Amino acid sequence: MTLADRARAPGHIEAPESTDVADLGVARPLRADVWRRFKRNRLAMVGLGFIVLLTVVAIFAPWIAPYSITERASGEFRDGPSADHWFGTDAIGRDVFSRVVFGARVSLRIGFLATLIALVVGVTLGATAGFFGGGTDSLIMRLTDVFLAIPYIILAVSIATVVGRSENSIILILGLTGWLFVTRIVRASFLGLRRLEYVEAATALGFSRPRIMFRHVLPNALQPIIVYGTIAIGAVILSEAALSFVGVGPQEPTPAWGRMVADAGGGSLASAPHMLFFPAMAIVLTVLAFILVGDGLRDSLDPKLK
Amino acid sequence: MADVIDAVAGRSVAPGTEVLLSMRDLHAGFDTDDGRVQAIDGVSFDVARGEVFAIVGESGSGKSVTAMSILGLQPTLDVTEGEILWKGRDLLTLPEDERRRVRGNEIAMIFQDPLTALNPVHTVGRQIGEMARIHEGIGKKQALERSIELLDLVGIPESRKRAQMYPHEYSGGMRQRAMIAMAIACNPDLLIADEPTTALDVTVQAQVLEVLVDIKDEIDSAIILITHDLGVVAGLAHRIMVMYGGRGVELGTTRELFYEPRHPYTLGLLASLPRLDDVGDEPLLPIAGSPPSLIRKPSGCVFHPRCRFARVPGMCDGEVPALRLVAGDAHMSACHYAEELAGVTIESLRASVDVTADAELLDVGLAVPRRNGGDEVDAEASDVFVEEGVAHPGVTERSLEDEGPQTWPEAR
Amino acid sequence: MTSYIIRRLLQIIPTVFVALSFLFFIFFALPGDPASLIAGGAERTIDPGVMERINARYGLGNSIWAQFGDYWQRTIRWDLGESFLNRRSVNEILGERAVASIRLAIWAVIIEVIVGLCVGLLSAIRRYSWSDKLTTIVTAVASAIPVFVLGFILQWAFAVKPNQWDWPEWARLRTSGIGPNSWTLFFIPTGEQWRYLILPAITLASVTTALLARMTRGSMLEVLRADYMRTARAKGLRERDVVVRHGLRNAMLPVVTLIGLDFGTAIGSAVLTETTFSWPGLGSQIVASVNDRDLPVLLGLTLAVVLAYAFVNLIVDISYAWFDPRIRLGKGEHA
Repeated sequence: MTLADRARAPGHIEAPESTDVADLGVARPLRADVWRRFKRNRLAMVGLGFIVLLTVVAIFAPWIAPYSITERASGEFRDGPSADHWFGTDAIGRDVFSRVVFGARVSLRIGFLATLIALVVGVTLGATAGFFGGGTDSLIMRLTDVFLAIPYIILAVSIATVVGRSENSIILILGLTGWLFVTRIVRASFLGLRRLEYVEAATALGFSRPRIMFRHVLPNALQPIIVYGTIAIGAVILSEAALSFVGVGPQEPTPAWGRMVADAGGGSLASAPHMLFFPAMAIVLTVLAFILVGDGLRDSLDPKLK
Repeated sequence: MADVIDAVAGRSVAPGTEVLLSMRDLHAGFDTDDGRVQAIDGVSFDVARGEVFAIVGESGSGKSVTAMSILGLQPTLDVTEGEILWKGRDLLTLPEDERRRVRGNEIAMIFQDPLTALNPVHTVGRQIGEMARIHEGIGKKQALERSIELLDLVGIPESRKRAQMYPHEYSGGMRQRAMIAMAIACNPDLLIADEPTTALDVTVQAQVLEVLVDIKDEIDSAIILITHDLGVVAGLAHRIMVMYGGRGVELGTTRELFYEPRHPYTLGLLASLPRLDDVGDEPLLPIAGSPPSLIRKPSGCVFHPRCRFARVPGMCDGEVPALRLVAGDAHMSACHYAEELAGVTIESLRASVDVTADAELLDVGLAVPRRNGGDEVDAEASDVFVEEGVAHPGVTERSLEDEGPQTWPEAR
Repeated sequence: MTSYIIRRLLQIIPTVFVALSFLFFIFFALPGDPASLIAGGAERTIDPGVMERINARYGLGNSIWAQFGDYWQRTIRWDLGESFLNRRSVNEILGERAVASIRLAIWAVIIEVIVGLCVGLLSAIRRYSWSDKLTTIVTAVASAIPVFVLGFILQWAFAVKPNQWDWPEWARLRTSGIGPNSWTLFFIPTGEQWRYLILPAITLASVTTALLARMTRGSMLEVLRADYMRTARAKGLRERDVVVRHGLRNAMLPVVTLIGLDFGTAIGSAVLTETTFSWPGLGSQIVASVNDRDLPVLLGLTLAVVLAYAFVNLIVDISYAWFDPRIRLGKGEHA
């Protein structure tokens, strides 16, 4: 059989790839890829490890902490670390270690919940603004502008005077002030993605707008949301510390780390540094962990960075 | 003379021409997290003074990487074998400051997307003039005058005003002309044009290509034209190399490739083009399958999984075919059975295809553009010459007689 | 361009209006009676006559809407009233505090720019080297330390410890208060002033420096990847020239914006630093007013801060538009 004869009969030809419209979107790394790239980032893995450790500590706090958060050891005020009190005692004799351990619960709870609120509100508003554009967009952006015009702490403190200072109030305050940034990011994403051709394609195929918005555009806008959300948890924990410092944080006897630092005060560094050191380290390490993980996520989710 | 290189056996230009650039068996790739991407897998070709040499291939065939490797613009490219000889010297072994002297001065490059390739915060005039300032050390004022001259040369009106404008204030076609002006600023001997018209409208494409060819004649330089568009190549290029999977699979004059293709891939490319004389219900023949992964290449001939003539198991999946002389003075092909392709024409390929059998192939939603009759087709971009029932896109009557390229058909 | 500026200026008005009104209403919802506060504190029982007079004087007995209208009528004339606490003119307080805040902000920004830019650029150019990795870690840690913790540490290290170890007088820094408040050219400290200035300035700068360094690095990295950089290399430019002549200007655009914004925030939001170092600035005064329910001071100073921030934003946006020819000249496509 000559080659010319062969021309008449197609040989072994491979089938083409998937042509589903939903898959023709912007190239996104697959979940397996993302995890693999993340794993290679040692700093990020350390951060992740710390967060896992912290979560475990928070969950098992009652079993890990040797004392309760209100238990006072009489006569042992401001004592440095010892066999009985690994992190020493505070100004009224409470065990710092136990309070730091229980503080993990407080901080993580505030961190996650406040960020969740901020994300939900922010994503909804941002997506609506970015996707529908026009009047809706202007309205939402003006609203954000108003709240952004007021300095953050002042806004938080002001709202706190109304809603009080319980742990839940703090969550509410931080969530309600946090959505501002989320909205901006999400809106920017949506504005950019909306013009891409595959959205036009989806529209032409007759998909309804909400469907397009959520099934096709949102997954691609997820990357900055995820990254920001992770870092935001750390930022919320820092904000809680700041609020505690100005007196608006969770009240006694809640062992919020920020409160513990604020209570210890700068003066303690000379005489009883452990009172400041341990809760401060807890804050720094936790926030650092979230930053590292957030950075790692950003690097591994970025399709362009190979 | 040092310029006239006596290439070893396997040279790809007709004897007697002055060879400026010679790529010899280049192997290069990138190390990525997923493995080694062998983007250039044994590529050899020569470019002679004054000729237009086209490198044609799909996305992922390695053509852009090959072009950029000449100037050394990819720091992460790992070259494992081969040479790139420019006027006798191997560019790969030159010290960096020598290489810099070659860039822009002797070999200049025109990139694909002029909007991103030009710095948005510098005026066009300044960017063009910068070329002269780097290599000739002239002052700012002189550089500006030179850039105005160059803008005139490429046909941009009101050049003095334009020189003070920024890239985003230009239209797409004008930007590409400005890029050309920048590239020729120091009268280079070789211009490398990487898909210069891909980002442009069809009508503008023709204009820009015309400018390119005029300029080339004006300054007597050679052009390496990288493209995936066979139509662009047909009226412009003297010689063509078809690349696939990081390798050159066929190399010869334009006429040889269009009339007597000797590689199944080339055949496939030609057969998949719609014709001006199609009535409208002829099936289009896509090459089934998709381009190979450059990390895990098929064994033996890199094209064999998609080749309708492949003999498997056999040489096709067993042995890598070498790029060898198969016809004429310098018509080369990398196919084990290249000689047997002599009898195969595009017509016969098309005629052999059963419409119903291939309907499945066409039905999977691949967007294959079809054109009806002659109305909607842009006649300037693909003048068709019909010879004995076989249509050749973009080849005009004149080009069949000469060896050289023709001036691009008037297209305004 | 001019129409853009005018539009933005007009937008500031409703933004400020809504923001301040929002605060106004929040404080009206508060428990705690301003009148008793004025009269001397919520603890003591007040003579009803005194209360009546205070109410009349400040119009506190009127409906909320009347007070609201009243407030804005006065505010438009920049009559910010008097502090409930000590009867001082709010304008006077504003003057003192604003000046202190601005001076601190200027120095914080100077430190931030010098350190942040250098670190960011260097780590971008030496990407993946050990110094880059070190920078990444250091900036991340710096972003994770609460400002007041850093403040405490600096205080301890430069004031408390030196006292303990008996350092010479000239080496000791001050940790509290604004000191002699002696300046020349408005913001250059003279005499002993710098001792009081340096620690709060470094503390205030710390957070934003880390952010600026990271952002500069990111921006520079993105620019280094750009196509026009490749074109510049293809022209035969030395790598150094490629980076400086072509890359820098593009990379600096977003960075300059950030610097401007940081300055705006530093003026009104330096609450933590000011409190830690007892630096008498705007932020700490505002927060104190919240706790004291001192409405005129609170609203007056916040108004100034909001306006200042809005104007700084506007200037930043205009400069950005001016530096980037794509925005300055519009998208004119001339065929």
